[in-house]
Amino acid sequence: MYDFKALYEANSVQEAIRLLDEHPDAVILAGGSDVLIDTRSGKLAGREMISIYGMDELRGVSIDDEDNIRIGSLTSFSAICRDPIINEHIKVLAEACSMVGSPQIRAIGTIGGNTCNGVTSADSASTLMAYDAVMETEGPQGTRRIPISEWYIKPHQVAMAHDELQTAILIPLKSCSGYTGCYMKYGMRNAMEITTTGCSVNVKLSEDRKTFEDVRVGFGVAAPVPIRAHTAEQAVRGKEVSEENIRLFADQTLEDVRPRDSWRASKDFRLHLCRTLAEDALREAVRRSGGVING
Amino acid sequence: MLVGKSVPRVDAHDKVTGMTRYTDDLCDKSAYIAKVKHADVCHAIVKSIDTTEAEKVPGVVKIVTCFDVPDIPFPTAGHPWSTEPAHQDVADRHLLTKHVRYYGDDVAAVIAEDEISAVQAVRKIKVEYEELPFVLDAQEAMKDGAPQLHEKYPHNILAHTDVRRGNLAEAIKEPGLIKVEGWYDTPTVQHCHIENATCFAYEEDGYIVVYTSTQIPHIVRRIVGQALGIPWGRVRIVKPYIGGGFGDKQDALYEPLCAFLTTQVGGHPVRLTCTREETFANCRVRHAIRSHIISWVRPNGDIVARKLECWSNQGAYASHGHGIAAKGMNAFPQLYPCDNVECDSWTVFTNIQVAGAMRAYGMPQATFANDCNIEDICRRLNLDPVQYRKDHLMPVGYKDAFSKNELYSDTFRQVLDKGMEYIGWKEKWAAYQKPQTGNIRRGIGTAVFWYNTAVWPIALETSSCRMVLNQDGSVNVQMGETEIGQGEDTAAAQMTADVIGLPLDMVHVLTQQDTDVSPFGTGVYASRGTYISGMAIANTGAAFKQKILEKAYEYTRMQPAVMDIRDGNIVRTTDGRVLMTMGELATAALYDRERSEHLSMEKTTQAKTNAYSFGCCFAEVEVNIALCKIKLLNIVNVHDAGKLINPELAKAQVEGGMSMGIGYALSEKMKYDPKTGKLLNGNLLDYKLSTFMDHPHLEAEFVVNPEPTSPFGTKSLGEPPVNPVAPAIRNAVLQATGVAFNELPMDPHLLYRRFSEEHLIR
Repeated sequence: MYDFKALYEANSVQEAIRLLDEHPDAVILAGGSDVLIDTRSGKLAGREMISIYGMDELRGVSIDDEDNIRIGSLTSFSAICRDPIINEHIKVLAEACSMVGSPQIRAIGTIGGNTCNGVTSADSASTLMAYDAVMETEGPQGTRRIPISEWYIKPHQVAMAHDELQTAILIPLKSCSGYTGCYMKYGMRNAMEITTTGCSVNVKLSEDRKTFEDVRVGFGVAAPVPIRAHTAEQAVRGKEVSEENIRLFADQTLEDVRPRDSWRASKDFRLHLCRTLAEDALREAVRRSGGVING
Repeated sequence: MLVGKSVPRVDAHDKVTGMTRYTDDLCDKSAYIAKVKHADVCHAIVKSIDTTEAEKVPGVVKIVTCFDVPDIPFPTAGHPWSTEPAHQDVADRHLLTKHVRYYGDDVAAVIAEDEISAVQAVRKIKVEYEELPFVLDAQEAMKDGAPQLHEKYPHNILAHTDVRRGNLAEAIKEPGLIKVEGWYDTPTVQHCHIENATCFAYEEDGYIVVYTSTQIPHIVRRIVGQALGIPWGRVRIVKPYIGGGFGDKQDALYEPLCAFLTTQVGGHPVRLTCTREETFANCRVRHAIRSHIISWVRPNGDIVARKLECWSNQGAYASHGHGIAAKGMNAFPQLYPCDNVECDSWTVFTNIQVAGAMRAYGMPQATFANDCNIEDICRRLNLDPVQYRKDHLMPVGYKDAFSKNELYSDTFRQVLDKGMEYIGWKEKWAAYQKPQTGNIRRGIGTAVFWYNTAVWPIALETSSCRMVLNQDGSVNVQMGETEIGQGEDTAAAQMTADVIGLPLDMVHVLTQQDTDVSPFGTGVYASRGTYISGMAIANTGAAFKQKILEKAYEYTRMQPAVMDIRDGNIVRTTDGRVLMTMGELATAALYDRERSEHLSMEKTTQAKTNAYSFGCCFAEVEVNIALCKIKLLNIVNVHDAGKLINPELAKAQVEGGMSMGIGYALSEKMKYDPKTGKLLNGNLLDYKLSTFMDHPHLEAEFVVNPEPTSPFGTKSLGEPPVNPVAPAIRNAVLQATGVAFNELPMDPHLLYRRFSEEHLIR
């Protein structure tokens, strides 16, 4: 039994926005894999809920007229994992989504929920960061497009008003073209796991595959919200694909990350992980790109 | 013969089709829901409780606080009762407490019409505390000036016992001895049975009926009677199928409180079901034990003297108490016998939750400490660890003076040889001994154990069995040994079928224990189920069979001496002729208009033996130094549990135990906030129970040396598999990295700390 005050079902985006406006205390319920846990624990007990789960218009992956990959906010992790567009253009996102929780959680959990709850451990977030995704929201003022770099305000708070609804996540095709990525999730076990630190790296190599034309890296649980490590990216952009530069890149991530001490992991250990994962993920991304280190 | 065959579990069909009914399935939907108010301080006196706001929540029926319960201290441990007061379990619990001794202790309970109202009301109860200082570590708790938990136990010492053999002080004067010393720490862990602790209670005709998920119905009956101060016969406990216990349910958990609560609402059914979080925070845990071992050895490895000190963290209340540490300590001088031994063990109250029984009862902690120290000796002296164990383990013919347990066969050599062969010890050991410098390193390790079977002579061993002939010639069997998922009912059915001479489908083991109906029994624990119930089945079955044959004489005119029961028929043994079927006999006997008779047999069997069970584990690991991760590549447990009643079920027992051992080795640990004493990771996300994605193939192998004291040649297997896994993995990691992990679990946090200390990572 869950302790909630009322449940409203929205059948369209406009209805959802109206319901949000009418119920300033209401919580949006998508897959429920976070909301129901918080309801049970008492954090969200007794609240009104607006379910958007039935809105199929917010499900699915497509390519829009502006050459963006458009992922409907209610698309589940398991749907992303097997989606052909995702697997063709941004396979690393499927890799990241395949590491969420368990098969049951991946079937019910949505990428919209994963990004709207504003947690740093979200497995999809570091990859979306690393590919410069854009969040699309609808509200009384109409449609807004918010770059992911401006999306996260602080833990559990994103750049969206109460009466706005995230409807899609857009990834420009040009941001994917020529890039190959690798996501490394670090956890204490191999399934049913919340990320200790996650690292998503992607590279674009020169034609001879000897130079880093571009490198991008996003981190989860390396700061209060998901982040990019621009200093590290800058340090190797345009440089030779070499062991030294891979290690330089890994070391430079420490300039950008700022993990905290918690009982789940110490700050020192997380710093060590950021560097180690960045190194391993970059090396793997180079390998997947057909690059040769010190070639 | 059915014993020795892997027949399907008798409960398999209903379990896989979801038809099996557990405690919660049986609870009437009209039952009130009870929720406990847990203290959010670690050590305090309750000054007052304000329930005004809580009472206003619609649906609340009654709120009971620690000021409303009887002032009757009671014990909770699931031990057979002792008629000698000195050996009785410590009675230190109240249904609800005015003296909070751990974070989460029970101070009040809400009874409501539904769960949400109960939960809301619990949140609105206001408790005023006078807080006291607290202590979480056993050795800290023994210090002068440490916070005291129980008046009667100065320095928080619940018990201290020792073992002395020979003369250690003299023996260690021998010149040239090498001293190998270590401190070995094991963590507090939880059983994580799938079915949370749950029970419901109601009154009927002046009796209190409690349905509960327990391993020990007759013991819980006694404890509920004691806690409420009512005659034990006024309590009826019913135990349906349960979803695992692992020792947590070898304790009275919330049954006494639930029984009391129904009396507060006129006998209306009240259900008290723990959430997973409560199962973590408020049920029992495995004792964290810190061991200090010093071995004095000659350069050739001969063990001259050994010293063991261990401190067992009991938590807030006595529960199973010192039994756990004492069991491990008493095992120490037997596994690697030596002439001069000094052992001391202390069980100490602290302000963490209560430790009780958990699979293998002190032995995983002791086996870890002991086989780490033995491995340290091997490394120091550069000796082959398998050969060293073979040379120094208890020899064939070894007999323990107290238990009279005896090592009858060359079991240790047999299990070690079998394990070595499976894992490819010789080649891998040699290969991994070569210096390794890369980021990925491999190692292989082993550990051994012995384990008891049942609790004699420490405590009573008794089993009652009733067999009843049904109208169709099939036989119903009732006993006190409970099915808790381990396969007890199936083993009992196989043994009964063989003793009487029936096909399996003519034996019906009544799975549900009901203390008003079932013969008296103490339940299952201590890996006693098959060993002890086998004795009861053998004795009862033999007498029942004789009675049946004597009855058959009346209809066949053949002497019982020339008859037997085979495959459900009364057979003349001299020529093999089938004289009548069991069905014909049963019908004839029951419906006989002159001499009608209901055929049954009931006997109590007391056991005054115990049996050594043995085994080993071999583990091969790959360590990623930079990632601070251990990957298990291969693992095998080899057991000698005597004859296997059902080989497939035996394998399943071993696999489950190995999984529990892997979690113990690599990931499981209950973490307490040093600032508040609060359990931080009491849920299945943050408590890292291992998943099957964390295991390689789990190989279970057996060596069969039939146990002479058992009519079926069997001995313990339920608990033993967990014992050797953690030290085998630790010893493999030691070979791979050169780093000795003397603390569990070897999780990434610990690896990061130790690898940093050893400068293996930058």
